[in-house]
Amino acid sequence: MSDQSYLSLEKLTLAYGDTVAVADLDLDIRRGELIALLGPSGCGKTTTMRAIAGLLPVKSGRVRLDGADITHVSPNKRAVGLVFQSYALFPHLSVYENVAFGLRLKGMRGADLDARVQQGITSVGLSNFANRRPAELSGGQQQRVALARSMVMEPKVLLLDEPLSNLDARLRLEMRTELQRVQKETGVTMIFVTHDQAEALALADRIVVMKRGAIEQIGSPQDIYNRPQSSFVADFVGFENVFALEGGKLKANGHLYDLQGDVPSVAGLAWRPRMVALGEGPFRGTVRGTSFAGDRREYLLDTPLGPIKAEDDASAPVHELGTELAFDLPARKAAPLASFA
Amino acid sequence: MNARTLFIPLTLFVVIAFLIGPFLIIVAASFSAGETLAFPPQGFSLRWIAKVFTVESFRASFGMSLFLAIGGTAAALIMGIPASYALSRYKLPGAEVIRTVVSAPIIVPGIIVGLALLRYIVVPFGVGISLALFLAHTALVLPYAVRVVSASLDNLRSDIEEAAVLLGSSRLGAFFRVVLPNIRGGILSAFILGFVTSFNQVPVSLFLSGPGVRTLPIDMIAYMEIVFDPSVAALSSLLAFLSIGIVFAAERFLGFSRYV
Repeated sequence: MSDQSYLSLEKLTLAYGDTVAVADLDLDIRRGELIALLGPSGCGKTTTMRAIAGLLPVKSGRVRLDGADITHVSPNKRAVGLVFQSYALFPHLSVYENVAFGLRLKGMRGADLDARVQQGITSVGLSNFANRRPAELSGGQQQRVALARSMVMEPKVLLLDEPLSNLDARLRLEMRTELQRVQKETGVTMIFVTHDQAEALALADRIVVMKRGAIEQIGSPQDIYNRPQSSFVADFVGFENVFALEGGKLKANGHLYDLQGDVPSVAGLAWRPRMVALGEGPFRGTVRGTSFAGDRREYLLDTPLGPIKAEDDASAPVHELGTELAFDLPARKAAPLASFA
Repeated sequence: MNARTLFIPLTLFVVIAFLIGPFLIIVAASFSAGETLAFPPQGFSLRWIAKVFTVESFRASFGMSLFLAIGGTAAALIMGIPASYALSRYKLPGAEVIRTVVSAPIIVPGIIVGLALLRYIVVPFGVGISLALFLAHTALVLPYAVRVVSASLDNLRSDIEEAAVLLGSSRLGAFFRVVLPNIRGGILSAFILGFVTSFNQVPVSLFLSGPGVRTLPIDMIAYMEIVFDPSVAALSSLLAFLSIGIVFAAERFLGFSRYV
């Protein structure tokens, strides 16, 4: 086993009945990495996570963990933890008994058990809540119980399903910090599933962007954010103006347009709204919509290329609705896309 | 006060009188000092209440009814809990058909069920009366068991079972460790409902009574055909208070009405 592939998925194919949800997926994860599986709903990220946990049988391919083939190992013997999106705490048991559940099944009793459970509850800051039932806790507290319940088992991999999506903005930040702390202190390999790019960018060491059951791009948050490889990823991380290239010209609505500057020979180019230069350039558009966003103003332009999203400094003069504007899509600022779907 | 404002309370009174009236008459009649079942009661005494406990056949049939209510309901739950689990957790082909078949004893009149059991099961296969009664009561209670247990299973999230499995439990272990404790209230409610249904059941039992083997309600009818004294009223009152007591206790400790 190399350190490069503590957990590896090899040609993994997963299906619900005859519907293939994930096809031929290859992924290598290092020990202690914090990985985000990012994608819209239906992209197969949750399916992949369930297969790693063993909750979904593998149709073909293999799952290896820590040198062992666990493809057909039942979920209760995998040493894989999962924090459910709904937390899935046992409603009839106290916080203490929820955390003790797995340890008791391991045969742990008495002082050993108590010490581990107390330590687990304390580590998530809930030592005063040990005797409460889940229904008496807030969502954020329930999630921390779920985290402690998984972590006391010392899993080889901890999976988290949309860990921040049910929390309000303040708790999100708290939980994000909490997860990073747990990961740093224990060195556990973590994989979390999310549809929120901001969450993935903030938390992950590496992001795996998925689309329709396949991996679209793997990279560091900086890579994914600044250098999307495909039109799908570009669109997903906020490059809202995505165009195909043909023979060094921009292709839109069946026409080809010349771009200024050196055009790389790639499949497409993508611009964030703030990369669009307003007020000068070879293209013309009409202001169709505008909205104030604090530090900047957003514009929606109607153009021969189709709708263009642009931004200007909030301090710049406002272009009123219906105004015709010149604009440019500067090639040197654009993200080059290796594939265009 | 005009006719319109009087109409509603009057209707309410008539309805309640109709519902509670017979019960009050029976209770009053059981404390009669007279020799025959009559209303208004003649005098006051506890002699008929006391007599209930001395009638030999009442003791035997009470035992039989108790056995059927407890045994039949327990058997219905042993079959009904796994059936409910399967119906609520798996997308089974024909699940709706199964649900309907299981509910059939509620829909089909008891007289028909009793006659069918007698004609096509008891007589041709020579099934003993006690066994036939047991099977009939089990079948009668099964729909209630499936319904009430299904309702509490549907209210229980299924991912806690997956959580239990990932913490090292087997699938079956997860059922016993995290499903059963959380549907305990539903199971107890189903038991009480089944018990009362079975205990008060007349039409099916009517066909399946034989020499020396009778349920209490059937025995009471038979007794009344021979002896027309207030002891039947006294027994009815006792049974009614028993049922009320059980349901009250269930509501108090389990929140019975949440499940049925």
